[in-house]
Parts: sequence; structure tokens; C-alpha cells
Amino acid sequence: MSETVAAALAAACRRHFGAAARIEALHRESGGASRQTWSFDALVGDRRHALILRRDPPAAAGHDKASTTALDRATEFHVLRAAYQAGVRAPEPLFELAAADGLGEGFVMRRVGGIAIARKLLRDAPYAAARPRITGQLGEIMARIHAVDIATLPALERRDAAGQIANLRATLDMLDQPQPVFELALSWLDRRKPPSTAAPVLVHGDYRTGNYLVDETGVTAILDWEGAHLGDPVEDLGWLCVKSWRFGAIDKPAAGFGSREELWRAYERAGGAAVDPARAHWWEVFGTVRWGVICMTQAWRHLSGTVKSMELASIGRRAVETQVDLLQLLKEAR
Amino acid sequence: MAQDRPTAAELLAAIADFLRDEATPALDKSEPRLGFQMRVAVNALAILEREARLGPAADAREQARLAGLLGRDGTLADLNRGLARQLRDGGRDESDTALMAHLDATIADKIAIANPKWK
Repeated sequence: MSETVAAALAAACRRHFGAAARIEALHRESGGASRQTWSFDALVGDRRHALILRRDPPAAAGHDKASTTALDRATEFHVLRAAYQAGVRAPEPLFELAAADGLGEGFVMRRVGGIAIARKLLRDAPYAAARPRITGQLGEIMARIHAVDIATLPALERRDAAGQIANLRATLDMLDQPQPVFELALSWLDRRKPPSTAAPVLVHGDYRTGNYLVDETGVTAILDWEGAHLGDPVEDLGWLCVKSWRFGAIDKPAAGFGSREELWRAYERAGGAAVDPARAHWWEVFGTVRWGVICMTQAWRHLSGTVKSMELASIGRRAVETQVDLLQLLKEAR
Repeated sequence: MAQDRPTAAELLAAIADFLRDEATPALDKSEPRLGFQMRVAVNALAILEREARLGPAADAREQARLAGLLGRDGTLADLNRGLARQLRDGGRDESDTALMAHLDATIADKIAIANPKWK
């Protein structure tokens, strides 16, 4: 498969750079059958461009959707471009694939240094100096995302609290595996839901450890924009503090690196709206249910026969982790 | 008819130990991507080992509590469906101490099988 991808990328890069391109060091980075990330270098003249291809292969497009709410690659490209141009620390998007490239739907962006692996970031020596900075940097960058001018964005769905609750309930009904703790938490959320924000902002939608890169100096780029939508900025703040993203560092709610207050103050200093702790808690509880339902949905992709994957199947047994956390969160709130 | 030993749990533990201690290190050297997948498999086998040991009693306790809570008999799935419906409709909420005791006990049993290290 690599040879086919390399030949197609050479043609696409030639079109973009306006000169012959040689493709080197091409390899698959991660991702499932439907959403692939490839790393490669394009040699154009005497310049070497370090690049990333993000694509849905032709056969998979529209077939195995990991989520019904995920953006297609073209929309993701345009969101990333708007964010990058607004000064958000994100990979620079270069160009979209054309149908004639035969690579499916996707785009090419510049490769940014750093890693996204939580257990290394939390424990390994090279990141010791970066660790105390990460919470503040995540707060600052998030404020920049929320400040992106909506007029520069492609058409995005607006999602408020009520709609998101309805969406998770519909997913639970589709899965048809009764989950009393999720139902309890969703009803608790429903009774306390915050009103829709008067001025919806660009919400990243999956702002958490695993979706940003860090090097020795700190956060280098925010990745994975396919969950972007318009809505309540506090949604991103709550999601980042969901316990599942602490990877064992449970006493540091902000992604395992700092306190909620430290995150909120950095967000506010960078121009983000003042954070209401109750609203942030609401979105953290919501995010915990959301991750639990995503665990069930991931397993369902295997169980329904859409994709055969032991890894996805295993994630189904992680849903109960969020149920432990939800019972704890609801107790603290009483 | 009773099966001979090893029991299901004993056999699953033996498989998991072999894959973890012997197969995984070899894979890590030759094929790191498969080494990662093997860790996922070993973790899943460990869940099954705990489920074989703890699952039947946990299910029986859950079913008995649910029957008491709902005041009727039924299969575990049927009773959970009934409780889930009441929780969605607002027929019960977190102020119900018997409900919360049931959920605490159920989730404690489930996490003891799925991931006892979770905290």
C-alpha cells in the first residue's frame, strides 16, 4: 500500500508546490482502518518539507464512522486553517487532496515536533521541565481557539447542553444495553443544564491529553479537530478535566498536570471569559458520561461487525471506569 | 457435568501469564505494534479471569438487589432496563438512598472485574 500512497502523494505535492516532489520516510503513524495518519517528507528542489497526511481511504469513506458527530476531512481542513490563521498553536494546513489523487478524502499539513503519549508526558525525564507549564499553556491556547472569528469558519453544527444530553440518550437507546448510572447522571445533568450561550464560540470538542503534542518546551500543537462545533466554551474546559485524561495523576484534574483553578486563570488571562465553577463542574460531569458512552460506542463498532478489532472491543469494558467516577462526582455535588 | 481442573479462571490466568511473560517481550523486539496489541489481549484475559471467579456471585447479588428495589422478579437485563427507564423518566433520583447503595455496590463489583486498579 505504501508505494501507491507515495506515488499519489508525489503527484499531489507536485501540484501544491509547483515543482517535482520526491516522497521519503513515508510511514503510517496511527489510526484505525477509517481514519489514517501518515508521516512523510517531500523533497522539492533543495527543500525538505516534513509533512503529515490525514485521510479517510476511498473504501472507508462514509462506511465506518467512529462517531455520527465527527466532521468530514474537508470541513476539518477548513476549521484547522481558520484556527491556524487566528494564531492557534496547531499544525499549518497546506492543501486538500483532490479526487483524482485516489487517496480518498484528506489533507496535508506540516509536521510539528512532540509526542502525545500520556504516560511518557506524565513520567519521562525529557518532559520534566515542560510538565509545570502544560496546564497554563493549554488554558492559553484554548482561549485563542474560543476567540476565532466565527465568520472565518465553515458551516458547523451548534450544540448546546440540551442537545448533547438528547444525543447521548439516543446513543444509549441505539446500543440497547441499559446503563442505570449513565441514566442517573444524564437526568441529574438535565435538571441542572446551563442555558445556551448567547454568543456561541468555536469549541474544539476533543481537547484532551492524546490530542496535543508536547516537546521539552511544552505544548507545540493542538491536533484532531474533527469534533469541532459551535457552543459553550466551558465544554472544552470541562472535558479537559475528565478523570480519564489524568492517566493515574488523579490529584491533578487539569489533564494530570495541574489544578482546575490554574487552568481557568491561564484561560482568563489569555482573554477567555470568566469561568463559572458550577458551569465547569457541569461540563466535567457531562464529559465523564460522554466518554463512558464513547467507550460503549467504540466496542459497538466491533460488535456490530463494522470493523474487526480486539482493541475496540476491549474499550467496552472501560465504560465502568466512568461510572465509578460519576458516582463520586454526584456525591461531591450533594 | 463439572469440568476437570484447571478451572476457567486457572486456565485463563495461565494463558495470560504465558503471553505476558514470554510472548510479549519477544514481540516487543520483533514487531512493536503487535507487542502493544498483545498487552491489550493480556489485559482482556485478566478481565475474563476475574469475571470467571467473581462474575456469577456479583450478578446474583445485583439481581437480588434489583428485584428488591423494583419489587418484582425478572432477568438481570430486564430489571436493569426497568431501572434505567425509571431513572430517565425521573421516577427515581440520587436522593433515593436504597438506589444509591445499589449502584455503589454494583459498580464496585463491576470495577473489581474490569479494572481493580482504577481509582
